[in-house]
Amino acid sequence: MSDLLIALATLPLWASLGCLLWPRLADLLSPLVALALVGCSLLLLDAIAATPVILHHLGGWGGDLGISLRADALSALLLALGTVVTLAATLFARRYFTDDQVRYRFWPLWWLLNGAINALLLSADLFNLYVTLELLGLSAAALCTLGKDKPQALRAALRYLLLGLIGSLLYLTGVALVYAEYGTLAIPSLAQQIQASPASLTALLLLSSGLLIKCALLPLHIWLPAAHSSAPAPVSAVLSALVVKVTFYLLLRLWFELFTAVITPAFATLIGTMGATAVIWGSWRALMSTRLKLMAAYSTVSQMGYLFLFVPILLALPDHDSRALAFGALVLFALNHGIAKAALFLAIGIIQQRLGHDQVDRINGVARQLPVTLFAVALAGSALVGLPPSGAFLAKWTLISASLVTAQWWWLLVAVIGTLLAAAYLVRVLGAAFAPAEPPPPTGKQLLSGELPALLLAAMATLGLGLGAAPIWSLLAPTGLGNIL
Amino acid sequence: METTQLIYAVTGALIIGLGLSAALRDEPLLARIIAINIAGVGVFLLFVAIAYRGFGQTADPIPHALVLTGIVVAVAASGLAIAINRRLHHDSPSGDGPAEDSSA
Repeated sequence: MSDLLIALATLPLWASLGCLLWPRLADLLSPLVALALVGCSLLLLDAIAATPVILHHLGGWGGDLGISLRADALSALLLALGTVVTLAATLFARRYFTDDQVRYRFWPLWWLLNGAINALLLSADLFNLYVTLELLGLSAAALCTLGKDKPQALRAALRYLLLGLIGSLLYLTGVALVYAEYGTLAIPSLAQQIQASPASLTALLLLSSGLLIKCALLPLHIWLPAAHSSAPAPVSAVLSALVVKVTFYLLLRLWFELFTAVITPAFATLIGTMGATAVIWGSWRALMSTRLKLMAAYSTVSQMGYLFLFVPILLALPDHDSRALAFGALVLFALNHGIAKAALFLAIGIIQQRLGHDQVDRINGVARQLPVTLFAVALAGSALVGLPPSGAFLAKWTLISASLVTAQWWWLLVAVIGTLLAAAYLVRVLGAAFAPAEPPPPTGKQLLSGELPALLLAAMATLGLGLGAAPIWSLLAPTGLGNIL
Repeated sequence: METTQLIYAVTGALIIGLGLSAALRDEPLLARIIAINIAGVGVFLLFVAIAYRGFGQTADPIPHALVLTGIVVAVAASGLAIAINRRLHHDSPSGDGPAEDSSA
């Protein structure tokens, strides 16, 4: 079983090296690697169902000194999300990059990014997590520079990189404080030691603020729309679906597994309020944006906001069962957004390639040219809005009922306004796409296989996750999340 | 915490503050990259202070290993930032051109 952990962490790194050494083979190699990784993550899910926590000490060194890999239900579910989205985006990327030179530079960075995501989800100590965060930030910024609109893409990448570095430094300072106070950085042993103290609180604030920059929680989101909207389509998909989500995963671990004793209701309410502002402001900017990719990027800001809404509610819920229910809903929401947003970015990529632009008010008639892609946009959009039977519907339902149970009805208001705004920006795009064009556009000859990854992802978010969500709760039940569940 | 250790730790914290405040200002890019590196040096000094275990005693080796890793990461990040910046100045009016090195 520990072989699975090692394979998930190292296979992408080998792939990156392979693509660098033999660029011509990269197109052949990459889908195979992506497929193998999906297999590994599914096997891991299966293993987790039998053994709730899998821990592996690399090289036989102990947990406090050496490097350990750890997987539980939460990380295994996110790994499955990561590998599935990567597979779809890899298949998409093979057709997307027409310029050989760009493609040769793309693949090594792509696998490096994927390796960083997997390693982050499997790391079991705070300093290792710092290294994976840096690897994630560097490879993501480098991938952003491959965007077509050069000066803009470079500027966005630079800003992304610098803010990411500042975030990492804050995180590293927090790590230093934790080490000074407790003498270890291994998450399993820290989880039993951390007490409420001024030093712990400072460490928590430093670690959280560093990660919140990378997570793009309002008002720290300023880098996200430019970076996500100017990157190439497969990169945008992975940035929005996975990169911000794995930093959120790290925050969850910090807040609910390590610093449970330090977190106060006031802190949780502050986080919830920032999340609520993000939900409404992000959706509003998405509705107002003139470009499809910018709309999808702002939609990410708002969808990340929902995840933070869960924090004050989770802390306020009285008993174990209701917390477990809300926590499962949180994970479901994250999975749903990951898959649906990746599908949306891939579909927008196809529209942009066909029309040569992604201006919302000039896409009329595109529904006749690219019916399959438009169907994917509609499916992904309804999963983002939270229409039944998508996963977001179940998750939002749980969020709303839990906010009523804990007498925090204002979060309900936020969720409702956010949902209405999301429906509005979806309908705006669909309305424009179905509007008749003059003169009528030629019915296109888009190859179906190019459109398939987006469509399959969108269908998985709307139908698969919604109807097959029950196993998520039963997987999460034995371990939950450390100290609060 | 001993006085020696405290002096180094407080100095480290001050350097971090100086570096971060300069990095967030609207300065030329090179100045901001240097500012981030200075803030990084502050964090490393903090680690060095933590490793101190009293006069004449061997220092805790783990923070040193962490600082070494941190330096490598900082060099790579600065290199990437400078490479992107150079691309930006080289071909910002013309648009697409063949890249020389976009990764560090």
